[in-house]
Amino acid sequence: MHVGLHHYLLVSIMLFCLGLLGVILRRNLLVIYMSLELMLNAANLALVSFSRFNNKLDGQVLVFFIITVAAAEVAVGLALIVALYRKRQSAHVEDLTSMKL
Amino acid sequence: MEAFNNMLAGGAAEDVFFYVFAALTLLCGVLVIMNPFSRNPVTSAMFLVLTIISMSGLFLLLHAFFLAAVQIIVYAGAVLVLFVFVIMLLDLKEEERRRIKLFGFVAGIIAVGGIVSAFVKSLASVKTDGPPPTVEGDTISLGHLLFTNYTLPFEIVSVLLLVALVGVILLSKKKLE
Repeated sequence: MHVGLHHYLLVSIMLFCLGLLGVILRRNLLVIYMSLELMLNAANLALVSFSRFNNKLDGQVLVFFIITVAAAEVAVGLALIVALYRKRQSAHVEDLTSMKL
Repeated sequence: MEAFNNMLAGGAAEDVFFYVFAALTLLCGVLVIMNPFSRNPVTSAMFLVLTIISMSGLFLLLHAFFLAAVQIIVYAGAVLVLFVFVIMLLDLKEEERRRIKLFGFVAGIIAVGGIVSAFVKSLASVKTDGPPPTVEGDTISLGHLLFTNYTLPFEIVSVLLLVALVGVILLSKKKLE
């Protein structure tokens, strides 16, 4: 069977769910952050394949913006994690429960 | 050998490459979130690099040449270096196996299963009988679009980068008031 839009979308779906599973199952803040990146990348893959099979470049421009925003987001998020680690000496979500009732 | 050349000519090589890159992407993605041999965040980061690189292979197959390059330069080159740098800075020990709460695990699996089924259901309504793809995501056409139709978002993104820069410097100051 010839590889088409469905194949790429299926890969994207599976990658997104892997990222979601990582966010839910892992307890390390950094690994959770990496799983978030995985989910962003899955969305990028879906956008690029839509753009290719619709013969429009706009999807790829959107992916370009997503990559830029993701880079900024990673910088801010990692700075937050470092600041948190300085205060609490831990990068585990189970140790960060001060907002729990 | 001749059969292999015929296969290359028939466009089947792209299919083979798709399956190779897709399998590589998913395998490395699995190893990012649950590696049976090590729970060190550095291993996760390294497999995330592999995921990103094989995904840029998929971008190449989709003729998104500029994005494939940007993916490697920005993600594998900048973001992942930042990740590894922070891991080094935090000096994280090998993560001990904490008991996973059964309720959270089951709820998570159910949630992911629900989302998978919703996605796969929506996959059935995707139309694939369009004209054959001809669009090329090279630097010239993408840059042209970026500086004509998308000038305002481009400028806004540059402001966002500046804000992120200032925010990161503020956050990583020694004394957080």
